[in-house]
Amino acid sequence: MSDIKYILGSFGDPDEMMHGIEKLQENNISIYDVYTPMPIHGIEAKLGIKRSRIDIAAFCFGITGTCCAFALIYFCAVIDWRVNIGGKPSFALPDFIPIMFELTVLFCAFGMVLTYYASTHLFPGRAPRVMDLRATDDRFVIAVDAKDNAAHTVIDGLLKDAGALEVKYNERKYISYE
Amino acid sequence: MSGHNESILREPLITGDNITYAKITDDILMPVENKPNKAWWIGFIVSALGALLWVVAVSYTFWNGIGAWGLNKTVGWAWDITGFVWWVGIGHAGTLISAVLLLFRQNWRNSINRSAEAMTIFAVICAATYVVSHMGRPWLAYWVLPLPNQFGSLWVNFNSPLVWDMFAISTYFSVSLLFWYTGLLPDIATIRDRAVGTRRKIYSIFSFGWSGSVKTWQRFEAVSLILAGISTPLVLSVHTIVSMDFATSVIPGWHTTIFPPYFVAGAIFSGFAMVLTLLLVARKVLGLENYITMFHIESMNKIIILTGSIVGVAYLTEFFIAWYSGSEYEQYAFINRSTGPYWWSYWMMMTCNVISPQLLWFKKIRLSIKATWILSIVVNVGMWFERFVIIVTSLHRDYIPSSWAMFYPTWVDISVFVGSIGLFFTLFLLFLRVLPSIAIAEVKLLLKSASEQAKMKQIKEGHENKEYVAEYIESLEKFDSVKQEDYAKI
Repeated sequence: MSDIKYILGSFGDPDEMMHGIEKLQENNISIYDVYTPMPIHGIEAKLGIKRSRIDIAAFCFGITGTCCAFALIYFCAVIDWRVNIGGKPSFALPDFIPIMFELTVLFCAFGMVLTYYASTHLFPGRAPRVMDLRATDDRFVIAVDAKDNAAHTVIDGLLKDAGALEVKYNERKYISYE
Repeated sequence: MSGHNESILREPLITGDNITYAKITDDILMPVENKPNKAWWIGFIVSALGALLWVVAVSYTFWNGIGAWGLNKTVGWAWDITGFVWWVGIGHAGTLISAVLLLFRQNWRNSINRSAEAMTIFAVICAATYVVSHMGRPWLAYWVLPLPNQFGSLWVNFNSPLVWDMFAISTYFSVSLLFWYTGLLPDIATIRDRAVGTRRKIYSIFSFGWSGSVKTWQRFEAVSLILAGISTPLVLSVHTIVSMDFATSVIPGWHTTIFPPYFVAGAIFSGFAMVLTLLLVARKVLGLENYITMFHIESMNKIIILTGSIVGVAYLTEFFIAWYSGSEYEQYAFINRSTGPYWWSYWMMMTCNVISPQLLWFKKIRLSIKATWILSIVVNVGMWFERFVIIVTSLHRDYIPSSWAMFYPTWVDISVFVGSIGLFFTLFLLFLRVLPSIAIAEVKLLLKSASEQAKMKQIKEGHENKEYVAEYIESLEKFDSVKQEDYAKI
């Protein structure tokens, strides 16, 4: 067998690419991943990708922020050093709310975005794993693992039938490594 | 996604008849991938000189203390807090466009959100420098944080709106930065994959290794939506808390419950005006007429009429309540505002914020780029005066007539303010050069549904209601980027 690792169908139009996915699936050809310059709505359902659970993480981070803020203010203003302000109660809950709200948002935003970066392996300086350089510009690319799917000519034909402008055979997984 | 067509009645969000995905990338990255033109250089040099003035004035303040400003013992807050509130308010439009309009599914935000968010960040930087300078001893700025200390575990006063403000502004700045940068990742990756050599290496680091795979996009959209959801109450809370810096005090003219909504409306009002000031120029100089269309400009003008009118109602309500309260101090504060020694600033505020934005009810004015640009600057001047009126005129005549005083700015006051505008524009111009000024991926989403060419195709297919088509074609008359003759034959 040849050194071809991935077969890429490069489409110029998102609808044609969706059509390409359908064609491949009808023929029981597994799709490795799809790279697009913009989000494609409905593609997750087609590829059987589960919904993201990042909202649950966001909620947990947010509620942690609320609790931390309350704990901090309660400790400082009620337990550790009560300040007598005209004899008013130290435990002035309405006054705590603005900071509790702000820290909820802060924890939620940072926790969620850092979770996103970690789960998607995004961090400064990470070598970009790109299969086709135009996938961030004007091409919608379906990547098929060449080793798992033997019938290369069939894949080629299906992709071209669906409207692929180009079918590439990559001998390296990621062409972006220099 | 493009399974169904958008209603023909909606105006197109992208004009031009030859727009492809590749052309969108080329058009938007034009200023990033090419050497800047003369207009950019002139703007940059002027702004950089302003920024230099800012560095000098702020350093002078740090060295000499805030005695360098024109404050006196009666007027203890003046141009510094005016500038702070003005800049924070300007910043609000960015979050409004990126978060609130996303929640309301207003697709026209897609081509203006990036630069508006950048504007937010630069405006908050300008605002934050005022707070730090105003502290007098900026090297002790960390004292606003609840840190354990050697002064007998004395903590910050959690009942004080100034402490809330510190939490609000720092959360607002960092969350806006996060929102902006996460949104930038796919676009930085686009620049990276088109660049070569060192440029590619630099953009590669900043792209965080973005690949554009299905899972990345899926999570990206979830993250954007949740960030929008939490930024919406955040932006409202920030200016509410800024207003509480005043409203929780017992100074006549400040002690009013109307302040939070009134400040938030004013913030959105001034923010949209600043977005227009910047984008009307950027659109022309960078040739982005097909993406930032007359529809966008008209929509922003409509928001300006709305928020300007809310601000107008707030001014009148405030005046009425001062009379109705029966408190002579409150009444005097307002009579003094409008007829006292600072009457000119009060009437400047009234004219610029309440009267002149009403001109936007006229379609001709709303659709004229020149008039819109001039009005956007008028609004910003008016909003600066609003803060000046609230702050200085409420303070300058306090309880004992012997301590009544006027405020006169020194050269340092003026330089810090003029300089901060220079700093803002320097940062904005640098942003236009190194990062895409329009969210490329988000505009691409609109191409197949909301562009002029998609609608043209819809019309040519002939399934659309004739009346609707006629109405649509009529709505295109306002667009300066649409070729009318293409529609004459239909």
